[in-house]
Amino acid sequence: MSVGDGGHHGLPRLLAGLEPGGGAITLSAHARVHGPLPNIAPHQLIEEVERSGLRGRGGADFPTARKLRAVADRRRVGPLIVNGSETEPASAKDRLLLGRLPHLVLDGAVLAAQAVGASEVIVKVGDGALDALRALDGAISVRDSDRVRISVVAGPEGYVSGEESAVVHYLNSQVAKPTLVPPRPFERGYRGRPTLIQNPETLAQLALVARFGSRWYRELGTVADPGSALVTITGAVRAPGVYELAFGTSMSDLLAAAGGPSEPLQALLVGGYFGTWVDASAAVGLRLAREDLRSVDCSLGSGVLIALGESACGLHESARVITYLAEQSAGQCGPCVYGLRAIADTVAALASGVAHAGERDRVLRWAQEIRGRGACHHPDGAVRFVESALRVFGGDIESHRRGRCGARPAGLPLGETALAPPRLGASERPAARTRRRVAR
Amino acid sequence: MRASLRINPIACEAHGLCAELLPELIRLDDWGYPIIDESEVPADLIGLARRTVDACPTLAVLLDEA
Ligand SMILES: Cc1cc2nc3c(=O)[nH]c(=O)nc-3n(C[C@H](O)[C@H](O)[C@H](O)COP(=O)(O)O)c2cc1C
Ligand code: SF4
Repeated sequence: MSVGDGGHHGLPRLLAGLEPGGGAITLSAHARVHGPLPNIAPHQLIEEVERSGLRGRGGADFPTARKLRAVADRRRVGPLIVNGSETEPASAKDRLLLGRLPHLVLDGAVLAAQAVGASEVIVKVGDGALDALRALDGAISVRDSDRVRISVVAGPEGYVSGEESAVVHYLNSQVAKPTLVPPRPFERGYRGRPTLIQNPETLAQLALVARFGSRWYRELGTVADPGSALVTITGAVRAPGVYELAFGTSMSDLLAAAGGPSEPLQALLVGGYFGTWVDASAAVGLRLAREDLRSVDCSLGSGVLIALGESACGLHESARVITYLAEQSAGQCGPCVYGLRAIADTVAALASGVAHAGERDRVLRWAQEIRGRGACHHPDGAVRFVESALRVFGGDIESHRRGRCGARPAGLPLGETALAPPRLGASERPAARTRRRVAR
Repeated sequence: MRASLRINPIACEAHGLCAELLPELIRLDDWGYPIIDESEVPADLIGLARRTVDACPTLAVLLDEA
């Protein structure tokens, strides 16, 4: 069979099957929207994914075809793991996919499993993701032509439990903490076997590449960043929610997709809590593309974009986030445990005006020193966030010292996800926000 | 032959012996955990690096010799 054509043109792609009313799509509706699961040879799928330029959407931005190959080249391959943990507090895209469009993710999982020689798929989700769990159970019960077995495992929801070695560790021994790598999961993962682990959006994109081909996939986006992405846009925008946008879209169009800013903006947080703050004036000229984002030390990360209004205090919000990240340490590595805690305490002191501005340099030294010294990338992501906070909001430290901060709390989501089950809008957006208690 | 030094941060308990035995390559952070600025071990320090590996009470110093 040759791969290609037949896909709808333009957007939405992934979200094309969203049903009004908020339920999960049925298998027959799914087949009407996207057509049947293609019958594609393993090497052909991997080549097509390679040509598409698809990269992982779980935050690490790694070329998917290279991961597929690394596992396909090995023997005694373990199950394909769908990393549906989505532990990034502001992110809602994976739950949207699993809860509303489970068949698209499962198609991708089954296809990827066959491509690498895995005979089983395990979907791991947070145990609070009830809509996803329900939708997956329903979807799996009606899929009877899959050649691989699919099961679902619910696990803890802490920030670090979504890291891939932590997911594998949890499945192996009920401990949701990262392990020392190497060996990475693709070398030695589930029960010691080479294990492919992918984000749900990555697999949903792969399911479309398998059906419609890489040329179709590249109809949207830029040469370096082809295709579309799910972006969770939240904060000071009128219609926070999950939106599917083409790579290359400008930041101002991204904000417009979410109803536009609800007040004048001072900064954008790009990439979630491992991401970077960018001054609003610098951000508007950027496109959703790696080259643009890299020019301001950003990456799309987990696809979260948070708009911070002028009425909020970037220092305070950043102190809350870094305190949260410090608390989320898995508690295994000294530099992560003590370093992040010291950084968080000092940033909080700077934000409340009780620390001398010189303390900022101490934070920057600690940030440099702890980078790369955890077993996982948790400390690296956290210090990247802090460095950007001091870069963008560092100018406010002096005025805080003099007791001037009249800002209103912006309430960036921490802890469990702040987005309620989404309803259907222009794209897909949450109806309301519920915030659970956050231990501080 | 190349040798490179790293720490298993999960195993490390900040005993600090490594920085005493191999100050040329290992210093300690503000909490007593080792920092390796340059992981490549020069040929004349390989013997000492091996001894440091053996001395760590939690076996957290790893020497990858290729
Ligand atoms: C602290 C930490 C937390 C992470 N949490 C998630 C998560 O919740 N979901 C996810 O897909 N990836 C998460 N990742 C990234 C995964 O380790 C991994 O790169 C990803 O699941 C691979 O899938 P992809 O290649 O399809 O993106 C996290 C990484 C780190 C360092
Ligand atoms: S770096 Fe932090 S989060 Fe990662 S394994 Fe070590 S203690 Fe856990």
